[in-house]
Amino acid sequence: MLNVDLTINCDLARRVLTSFIRSEVTRVGFRRVVIGLSGGIDSALSCALAAEALGPENVLAVCMPYRESSSESLEHARLLIEQLGVPTITIEITDMAEPLIRRDPAMSKVRKGNILARARMIVLYDQSEAFQGLVVGTGNKTEILLGYTTLWGDMAAAINPIGDLYKTQVRQLARAMNLPRPILEKPPSADLWIGQTDEDELGFTYAEADKLLYLLVDQRYSPEECIAAGFDRGFVERVLNRVRRNQFKRMMPIIAKVSNRTVGYDFLYLRDWGT
Amino acid sequence: MELKLALVQMTTQLGNVAANLEKHLYFIEQARKQGAGLVVFPELSLTGYVLQDLAPTVAHRPTEDDPIFRPLLEASHELDLMVGFVDEDLRHRFYIASAYLSGGRVIHVHHKVYLPTYGLFDEGRFFAWGDSIRAFDTRFGRVGMLICEDFWHASPPYLLWLDGADLLLLSSASPGRGLNHGEKFESTRWVEQVTRSYASLFTIFVAHVNRVGYEDGLNFWGGSVIFDPRGEMVAQAPYHEEALLVSSLDLNLLKRVRARLPLLRDERTALVQRELMRILQSERTLG
Repeated sequence: MLNVDLTINCDLARRVLTSFIRSEVTRVGFRRVVIGLSGGIDSALSCALAAEALGPENVLAVCMPYRESSSESLEHARLLIEQLGVPTITIEITDMAEPLIRRDPAMSKVRKGNILARARMIVLYDQSEAFQGLVVGTGNKTEILLGYTTLWGDMAAAINPIGDLYKTQVRQLARAMNLPRPILEKPPSADLWIGQTDEDELGFTYAEADKLLYLLVDQRYSPEECIAAGFDRGFVERVLNRVRRNQFKRMMPIIAKVSNRTVGYDFLYLRDWGT
Repeated sequence: MELKLALVQMTTQLGNVAANLEKHLYFIEQARKQGAGLVVFPELSLTGYVLQDLAPTVAHRPTEDDPIFRPLLEASHELDLMVGFVDEDLRHRFYIASAYLSGGRVIHVHHKVYLPTYGLFDEGRFFAWGDSIRAFDTRFGRVGMLICEDFWHASPPYLLWLDGADLLLLSSASPGRGLNHGEKFESTRWVEQVTRSYASLFTIFVAHVNRVGYEDGLNFWGGSVIFDPRGEMVAQAPYHEEALLVSSLDLNLLKRVRARLPLLRDERTALVQRELMRILQSERTLG
């Protein structure tokens, strides 16, 4: 098996990502951000980076438990909030989500999970206006590539400092920033139902997926080269298929072009236009 | 002879030329106070880098009646300047350009000859390709200017060397990429390696001025640097922070180094020409 090294220079990553947050928040006239804390490592890292970039007082940590959320998640979020000294608000989403969920007793886990993710998006964007802060995203490169996210749910954000770090690298940086030990050590979970873990649901570990994605995406290996490097053919095909099938989640809605100049095709400006 | 050279490692506002001009004038004043004779700015310093559809709206002609160039030309009475901008020719083609200003006049304009259009870069879509590489005379000796991708290719620095340049002014808006366990981004390591090599290979001074700041998710890493004709680092600005780096260059070093290491004297240009013609005329070009 080819030795794939995903190690990053954490000092450099920390410097670039905190400056990114500072630059991209302040240049559009804000100085504050809001972040949804799940108790997991991704949102904890985003929150820690934002607190370092803007000062803890400018970061609102929003906890949004649902009645079936594990109590551990909330405890872990609390540990982080105390360590960073960021202001916090807890808004239960049970009352928002239940009426919709109750309409269909046969509702699937996936539908329910999507409703919860989108309910949290509504709360975050409401707090964005109330706190006058931009919403900071917490999705990592692995889940963005695999599409292990809810469209317009947990993906919704103004800026994302950790979206180019694989899960393995998120763990490394989180360790370097001394995030609370229970957050570093527990298995990743979207906490959408009791006992859920990402790796059970995906059917493979992040450690395996990260190495494969790094070869396919960053190093431009062909699938055959990945197999020759020691990856199982079925695993390579499954991962590739997920990446391709979920391209739609990484794009704005596609617009049917009829005019000479169309948003998304030939009306090309960065978001930072004029700033 | 001494040259006090100032490298301005700055951020820009994307598409806001008036705000960027103000910042140029501020840094020129700071450099003047420190006794600088030449102040150089990064690629597209007057406009910002990822211009896309903004390109035609931020273009300027480097003339005295241009509202952006007038104050810069005025400032160039006191010290020489190199600025980065979008040049628009009379037929409305837009170029990524560097202008060298001195004594109230435009001494030379370089149009970027290599427009990266791959990976995260899309310059060839929005800009016209420059078509000449010329050294030019200044009060500090003969100088050559190149812009970013121009010096990722070996031939432009080589041509400027043969055309008499003893000082290369290289400017960039170089995004940091390739984070791994190393001390620096892969792109940083690459650029530092080649810029130092040119100083060593050609026994010339090389100054590389790179911008800092962010445009959307791109980080520009700075680290502006000067190498002397021995390939030794004279000075370097910090990474990822705005900085004004002022250094004194002992231009007599050119003589001392070349007395010891006559690479320029021994360069077999006729041989290069002969072999290049043969290669270009054969079927084997770029193999």
